[in-house]
Amino acid sequence: MPQSPAAPPTPVSVPSLGALFWGFLSVGLCGFGGVLPWARRMVVEQRRWMTPGEFTDLLALCQFLPGPNVINVSVALGLRFRGVAGSVACFVGLMAAPMTVVIILGILFAHYRDVPAVRDGFAGLAAGASALVLATALKIAAPLWGRWEGIAMAIVTLLAISVLRWPMLPVLLVLAPAAILIAWLVQHRRPTGR
Amino acid sequence: MNGTLTALAALFAQLSLLAFGGGNAVLPEMQRQVVDVHHWMTAQDFAALYALAQAAPGPNMLVSTLIGWQVAGVAGALIATFGLTMPSCLLTMAVSSAWYRFRDAPWRRAVQAGLLPVTAGLITAGAVLLCQTTSTGWRPALLTAVATGLFLSNRIHPLLVLAAAAVLGVSGALGAG
Repeated sequence: MPQSPAAPPTPVSVPSLGALFWGFLSVGLCGFGGVLPWARRMVVEQRRWMTPGEFTDLLALCQFLPGPNVINVSVALGLRFRGVAGSVACFVGLMAAPMTVVIILGILFAHYRDVPAVRDGFAGLAAGASALVLATALKIAAPLWGRWEGIAMAIVTLLAISVLRWPMLPVLLVLAPAAILIAWLVQHRRPTGR
Repeated sequence: MNGTLTALAALFAQLSLLAFGGGNAVLPEMQRQVVDVHHWMTAQDFAALYALAQAAPGPNMLVSTLIGWQVAGVAGALIATFGLTMPSCLLTMAVSSAWYRFRDAPWRRAVQAGLLPVTAGLITAGAVLLCQTTSTGWRPALLTAVATGLFLSNRIHPLLVLAAAAVLGVSGALGAG
């Protein structure tokens, strides 16, 4: 079959439904505090279903679209290799064990939350989790450094959501197109693509 | 109960499609809806459930599973999880095969570049909201600051930092609150 530029490269070996399921099951079980690196390791380095470039491409798509990134990646990857059945295998593999564990943890939490040690431990854990989101925010914002239009847009978003506490949908409907327009104008003002 | 399940489904489906840049982008809206609009739990409970989802294996958007479970048991857990994942997954599946053709389109770069600051603002808003809830005194606030530095340095596994934070809490070092 001739390769067309409109299609992704054919993989060397197409994983079976079972392989997809077990692959993502292992990812779901490992991924503490961040599943994506494990997913990449499984797909690119361990099972070699994709090259690093292909995975990065897929990730770029999934970051572009809404929704939890690693979940989108699993579904898109499964679709590419085994169609809808592949997507289901990857999704279920990824989510089944974590969902079960999380519900068990939720039950334990509900039972023991009033124990002082548990309550205090959660105060610490929650402070740590806030830090995790803050660190994520700073990492994502880092490329904005030196680009005043990006920083301004980020600050406007921050004010609208966390200070004014406006609902997200109308804020996004206004700011997203504005941000894209600004980015497009900036792109065309900097032909060298700095 | 049916009204609650419907509300859960509607909320998380909406969040699914708003979550540009990943699940963390809708964290502030999730909190606003769950705590302020629906009054399903306190801000402290929300922060605790988010922390629990971080400590557990799997994608951290399993906070939806926990919220759903807290609100409406196993049915709520399943509905919230599928609500958050199905719309975006279906969209991804629909788009991904055509995606290859648009990889290098200039408008794609503009959209991505444009949404980046918005995503950064959203995730920062989520961080601000969580920090406000969890920083009940100067000690937890200091813990958050130090932990942020540790996460950014990438030297220590994130799970170890979270575990250390929990241990510090249990030890009573964070004060009465």
